[in-house]
Amino acid sequence: MAEIKLQNLQKHFGEFVAVRDIDFTVRDGEFFVMLGPSGCGKTTTLRMIAGLELPTSGQILIDGEDVTWKRASQRNIAFVFQLFALYPHMTVRRNVSFPLRLAGVPRREVREKTEEIARLLRIEHLLDRGVGGLSAGDRQRVALGRAIIRRAKAFLMDEPLGALDAEFRDVMCEELRLLHDRLKSTTVYVTHDQVEAMAMADRICVMNHAEVLQIGAPGEVYSRPATKFVAGFIGSPSMNFLPIADAVSCGASSVIVQGSEIPVPETAESIAHPRGFLGARAEHIKLSDGGALRGTVFGVEYMGARQLVTVDTAAGRLKVRAPNTVRVKDGESVGLEFMTDHLSLFDGDTDKALKTRARQ
Amino acid sequence: MSASAQKPGQATPLGKFLAGSAVVLYALVAMIPLIWILATGFKSPPDSISYPPKVFFEPTLEGYVNLFTTRSRQTPEYIESLGPPKSWYEELVRKRNMVISGPSRFADRYWNSIVIGFGSTFLAVFLGTLAAYGFSRFRVPLKDDLLFFILSTRMMPPVAVAIPIFLMFRQLGLSDTAAGMILLYTAVNLSLSVWLLKGFVDEIPREYEEAAVVDGYSRLQAFWKVVLPQMRAGIAATAIFCLIFAWNEYAFALLLTSGTAQTAPPFIPIIIGEGGLDWPAVAAGTTLFLLPVVVFTVLLRNQLLRGITFGAVRK
Repeated sequence: MAEIKLQNLQKHFGEFVAVRDIDFTVRDGEFFVMLGPSGCGKTTTLRMIAGLELPTSGQILIDGEDVTWKRASQRNIAFVFQLFALYPHMTVRRNVSFPLRLAGVPRREVREKTEEIARLLRIEHLLDRGVGGLSAGDRQRVALGRAIIRRAKAFLMDEPLGALDAEFRDVMCEELRLLHDRLKSTTVYVTHDQVEAMAMADRICVMNHAEVLQIGAPGEVYSRPATKFVAGFIGSPSMNFLPIADAVSCGASSVIVQGSEIPVPETAESIAHPRGFLGARAEHIKLSDGGALRGTVFGVEYMGARQLVTVDTAAGRLKVRAPNTVRVKDGESVGLEFMTDHLSLFDGDTDKALKTRARQ
Repeated sequence: MSASAQKPGQATPLGKFLAGSAVVLYALVAMIPLIWILATGFKSPPDSISYPPKVFFEPTLEGYVNLFTTRSRQTPEYIESLGPPKSWYEELVRKRNMVISGPSRFADRYWNSIVIGFGSTFLAVFLGTLAAYGFSRFRVPLKDDLLFFILSTRMMPPVAVAIPIFLMFRQLGLSDTAAGMILLYTAVNLSLSVWLLKGFVDEIPREYEEAAVVDGYSRLQAFWKVVLPQMRAGIAATAIFCLIFAWNEYAFALLLTSGTAQTAPPFIPIIIGEGGLDWPAVAAGTTLFLLPVVVFTVLLRNQLLRGITFGAVRK
């Protein structure tokens, strides 16, 4: 297995910039997820690592070796495609063993290896069938089998669960992660689904508009988003944003939202204009009569142990997670209290999060 | 394509019966000329021109014997002097006061047809496959113009280019050669084959090749192992279209070949001229001429059915 290093990677398609100045390192054995909305450049980046697309500039290093201009066939990586790309004219066995049947691997070894992989993925009973009649889940397994049969340096996966239905996606999510832990393989996984990313990743790389916005462990990306976009993209429901009325000075410990003063972690930077935002996750707002900001309940969703309360305030419609012991009715007037240490501040112009005492 | 959108659940017995009858009726109408040709080939010359036409007759191989031989008329005394006939076909010929003077040129012409027809089909499909792959997968400068140019070679009626081609062939020494005819038919078929095959290549997702390349295969190996097998239906359909054209082509064959490289189509009518209207021989020649295309089509029929729907039922 190997470390993958991208340096100042750029990709232009004519005028269009698909990937702008990307710089990161995927550690050896890491499950690295690239997350972002469609068209953000994550798939293009993955294809450049694989060698299916050549960068406009920059470098790609696999295990310290510069492979930027090497052919895909010489990079020794495995790729799982979104629609699996199983060869329709071959049986499952021939599909799985395809990468081995290339260069003088003895037949017996191909056979043994294929069966070993099939056992691992529980598709032994399908080996001699065509791929046409397989269920989406089995196709997925065959595609995985084809990827892991070789001792490739890394696995690259392009939305491999995108074609599965929701129920099965959870199962495969878990299987993929277990498989990764077992093979200890460097994996780069592309998805637009933040739930998938959170469930599987060692680290998440969030992209938007051809740029990397933040790289970090799922918990870090969730609780300390680097930009307003990341804060909104990750988590369900997404973070609440409240417009701040004034400029925020460095060292301030409270902001004014719609005339109410809300305490925040002491800022280490300032926002010079009145276009800042206060960010608060639903679970970091409490319903409390003494709360600084008031609003009326718009709706309540019960979610078992907790409930999600939607509150209309002068600062917009906010989502609040509350224990199910709290009883609220639609139209009721409630006060909101913010958990100071968990709040984020964003500069509305640059989209970036402000440094505060709680996050350095 | 034909809109037979009848789901199994919807078909009523009556509807099935009517649809079936229509197909059988159409098949009969379409088959009558073929059956007539087949039958005429086994008739004796008087039976073949009798009026009213004979549906029941005594079959004979005279037509086939006449097709493959040249004969001369002799006096009964001379024939008597030759002694007993050495074979069944000599016997057949002597009944008409004829003796066999040698083989006819039909076998040669037939062989020419096979060489030229299959040769040009192979070349057109081979070159067409490579060109189609190139046009489909690579960024070719002036791609659309080139494709239009290739198609435009079909826009002129053959008559318009007959004389230039005749002159060029004479200059280049290609007149009356199999190589010249293969070249000509390949050129004519290439536009069809490039356009048809490009459609088939376009439908094969690039991911298949990309997957193979990532797995360590070269581009050529990926083409050979992944793309080509999936083009089988398209290649079969294209090959049949090309073969049918090259096999049946009459005008250029008549114009450009006479002796050595003549194909069967211009030869068969000539039989009529040799010693009266020998319809059974013409019918026999036509029957044999029909066979290769029929066999070829039957062999590839499964591929063809899938091919003609242009991959509409893929996945």
